[in-house]
Amino acid sequence: MDLLQAIVAHYNHWIIIFLMVSGLYIVVARGNMIKKLVGLGLFQTSVYLLYLSPGKILGGTPPIISEQHTVYSNPLPHVLILTAIVVGVATLALGLALVVRINEAFGTIEEDEIFAGEEDE
Amino acid sequence: MTGQTLIILALLIPTTGIALIALTWWHQNLRETMTLTTAGALFYVVMLILERVLNGEQLATQAFQIVPGLDLAFKVEPLGMLFACIASGLWIVNSIYSIGYMRGNNEPRQTQFYMCFATAIASTIGIAFASNLFTLFLFYEALTLSTYPLVTHKGDDNAKAGGRVYLLILLGTSMVLLLPAIVATAVIAGTIDFTPGGILAGKTDNLTITLLLVLFMFGIGKAALMPFHRWLPAAMVAPTPVSALLHAVAVVKAGVFTIVKVIVYIFGVDALVASGNADWLLYAAGATVLLASAVALKQDNLKRRLAYSTVSQLSYVILAAAILTPISIVGAAMHIAAHAVSKITLFFAAGSIYTASHLTEVSQLDGIGRRMPWTMGAFAIGALSMIGVPPTAGFLGKWFMLTGAMDSGAWVAVAVIILSTLLNAGYFLPIIIAAFFREPGKDVKKHAHGEAPLPMVIALTTTAAGTLAMFFFPEVPLALAKLLAGV
Amino acid sequence: MIAANLPALQVVLPLFGAVLCAFLQRGILAWGVALIVSLAMPFIAAGLLIQVLDSGTISYALGGWKPPIGIEYRVDVVNAFILLLVSLIGAIIMPYAKASVEKEIPADRQAWFYAIYLLCLCGLLGMAITGDAFNIFVFMEVSSLAAYALIAMGRDRRALLAAYQYLIMGTIGATFYVIGVGLLYSMTGTLNLADMASRLGGIENSRAVLAAMAFLTVGISLKLALFPLHVWLPNAYAYAPSVATVFLAATATKVAVYLLLRYFFTVLGTVFAHKSLPIAEIVLILSLAAMFGASIVAIFQDDVKRMLAYSSVGQIGYITLGIAITNLAGLTGGIVHLFNHALIKGSLFMAIGAVFYQIGSVKLDDVAGLGKRMPITMGAFAIAGLSIIGAPGTVGFISKWYLVLGAFEKGWWWLAFLIVASSLISVVYIGRIIEVVWFRPVSAAAKRAKEPPLSMLVPTLLLVAATIYFGFDTTATAGIAGLAAELLLAGIR
Repeated sequence: MDLLQAIVAHYNHWIIIFLMVSGLYIVVARGNMIKKLVGLGLFQTSVYLLYLSPGKILGGTPPIISEQHTVYSNPLPHVLILTAIVVGVATLALGLALVVRINEAFGTIEEDEIFAGEEDE
Repeated sequence: MTGQTLIILALLIPTTGIALIALTWWHQNLRETMTLTTAGALFYVVMLILERVLNGEQLATQAFQIVPGLDLAFKVEPLGMLFACIASGLWIVNSIYSIGYMRGNNEPRQTQFYMCFATAIASTIGIAFASNLFTLFLFYEALTLSTYPLVTHKGDDNAKAGGRVYLLILLGTSMVLLLPAIVATAVIAGTIDFTPGGILAGKTDNLTITLLLVLFMFGIGKAALMPFHRWLPAAMVAPTPVSALLHAVAVVKAGVFTIVKVIVYIFGVDALVASGNADWLLYAAGATVLLASAVALKQDNLKRRLAYSTVSQLSYVILAAAILTPISIVGAAMHIAAHAVSKITLFFAAGSIYTASHLTEVSQLDGIGRRMPWTMGAFAIGALSMIGVPPTAGFLGKWFMLTGAMDSGAWVAVAVIILSTLLNAGYFLPIIIAAFFREPGKDVKKHAHGEAPLPMVIALTTTAAGTLAMFFFPEVPLALAKLLAGV
Repeated sequence: MIAANLPALQVVLPLFGAVLCAFLQRGILAWGVALIVSLAMPFIAAGLLIQVLDSGTISYALGGWKPPIGIEYRVDVVNAFILLLVSLIGAIIMPYAKASVEKEIPADRQAWFYAIYLLCLCGLLGMAITGDAFNIFVFMEVSSLAAYALIAMGRDRRALLAAYQYLIMGTIGATFYVIGVGLLYSMTGTLNLADMASRLGGIENSRAVLAAMAFLTVGISLKLALFPLHVWLPNAYAYAPSVATVFLAATATKVAVYLLLRYFFTVLGTVFAHKSLPIAEIVLILSLAAMFGASIVAIFQDDVKRMLAYSSVGQIGYITLGIAITNLAGLTGGIVHLFNHALIKGSLFMAIGAVFYQIGSVKLDDVAGLGKRMPITMGAFAIAGLSIIGAPGTVGFISKWYLVLGAFEKGWWWLAFLIVASSLISVVYIGRIIEVVWFRPVSAAAKRAKEPPLSMLVPTLLLVAATIYFGFDTTATAGIAGLAAELLLAGIR
């Protein structure tokens, strides 16, 4: 029973790990370049949660220094993750741009087909 | 001039020579004048240094520190002096010969050839005057690299293959065995300076000393201790003046020179005797002497036979050093000098045979002595010196070696020397007999030819005369050798 | 005033330069801006190094926010050395870049090329200078995104694939890094590296810290292409524009190595020293695998750029080997090789870039006989090649000397032999190129080749000369590397 409680109490970690592993799996296992980027996005999202979930305090308020607000969430992780999201979006944009160019140059975005085509040359 | 200036001059002259040769590429005669002038100037400076050394002066440069414990520094000691004399003196003769050979055979890329040659000589002087292991190693590698373009001069597939073996064995042994040995010496002894009496004595246990000795002896691949001798026959693809450079002037001499230097100044003769760690070296060198002589017997290609003869002669020097008595060290030093003048004569002769008649095999040489009396006369003198017959230089080295071996009761060494003398006679005498006393073959008669071009004949006569002269006037080399051995 | 704000200038200048380049739109103007900025960088870095040597570590509060709340730029000997290296390489590349870029990049994209190049420079310098763990991540992504874009600008369409592959691997690496930082943050409540180090005392064996170390190691190793996490590197280097290859090969991996040094010795020094994780042993094995594996693969490449790229993977092995040896001589060897390898690989790739400029190919068959057509360039290549072999009198020898010394001092004879044996492999692949270049008849592609313009030749020769010069005068390289190694080792005592 304790075990179950421990598992449930850390449910945020389980979500993080699930997202992380499934994201990585998609990156490794999929040959479609867009899907790989989606996997990469999932992987990054798990990290956002890794930062955010310990920073949030149940019942906490936004961090405003005044007498009414005594329990507040740590603002720093939120700020960091805002930056990380920006970075993630930039990466995704660049990745998608590359995929577009690859599609133009090779006529496909499946890795298998591209490598097969390269070997024929 | 101070000693430092002289040493730096000796290093700078051939270096400047490289530039001068490069700048005069457009005019053949001018370019060759540059080579000869540089060689002459270098010899003059080396003689100035010799004079001071014989007067008992200590010549050294200030150390230039590269990293702590790693200095670029030069110091003249007797063996290095002897080596520098040989190298600079033979460079002049070799240059004269090269001019005849390169023009006579219409070799391509002659400017590059002379530049690399000058680089090799500069490196040799660096090796000779190095005052610590690092400086020696620096120039040792420079010598390997600068001779690589010479070995591969022909540029065909054979030359490429030969060059590969040459480079891989020489760089390989020096990098994988010699460099760790140097670093280990630095760690154990705290210094890598050549010091009389050695620097490793008493610093570490016997096992480590033996291990280091193995590393040094095989790491100095230029000394061609079997099984790392393969590069020497492989390098036979080079033009003959280069073979002469490799065998007599610079490369193999740098090898045995380094070996003697390491034994005397790093390990210390007395310390090695005390530890009894050098016995295996006696056997290894003895085996190389005999095996290489036996292989030489079977070679029909003249240059290959000479190459294996070199392998065996080099191990004489190692053998002599491994006997570890002062008198045998004298023998080692003397043999370095004697082998230099004799072997260069032999290679010059082989080259002029090739230039005049394009013959390369021993079996084709019947009766050639009648058409090329000077060449074959010089060859005979060189060969007798290799066998060790008086009145030639080769006798001196062997004499001291034998004396040393008997004194110390190294009967293995005595047996090796006697047996190998027979073998030497076995592969050299037939050539001389065939050249002078056999009737030439029929096809040879059709291609009548005379002597090789004059510069070549001059060069090989000079070195043959030198071989004889060294027997009658051995004072200078002997004085240096004795200074080295401390007797 | 300027002296006090050097740390900020070091990063801000290229950043603004990048924006300016993007606005200028004309290739030649953008080149001018990039040139000025790049030339200013070494002076700033040298100024910082002198300050550090004079008066110790510089702590610079960015925007006036005091650390550990604000972002701190913290410069000590270690990163001052890295800053100088990166900015020197950047400065020497710029004069070279003009001709090469004009040849390889379409006119309408040249300004973008310089803008992205400056962004990459900014990111790399930022990674090296900042003392804030998350700030490192941001700069890492700035430099990486710029690097992906630079590589994608290569003319070959395979450059796109290489860039994509690098993007995936690089992002995974960066994300691993952030995970590690996140774990450390949750354990210490700070992102300031120095602060973090001091708060880790006592909890160095907690599972979260160990996990953080593992994540950081893997993440950074992906960035520095530690064997076997190097698969992105050969294609990226082979297909990127020549200038980008020179720049990335000489700097990007080096800054990543710096991060590894920083985390292993300064931040996680106590963890590293405790040996709860066999990190040093793992790094040792992987370094050896790189030195042998990657170098052997290099032998069999038919494209000179790819060959040199694999050689880079092998050479990175020597640098990380210094970390694994973990004594003064060994670590000095690793750090000095960081610098030396940047010089050597920079020279080699510059010479090969000049070849590409002339004949439009770097296939081994196409460069045949070039020794006759481009003797100066190929001569420079040969000398730099000697340096990578580690011939005495070149910088390569200095690195090797320290590494072998470190191995012996540790009593690891076997390692000393492995180090020297692996350098023999480089003889084979460099020798292979030299043979082809000098002994084969001139190829059809090389028929009309001649020496490149002076603007390319001079920087190449300068860099090659540096590989010789620093083989003799090592006060600026090995001397400072020794100080850096001492400082780092103090962190694990």
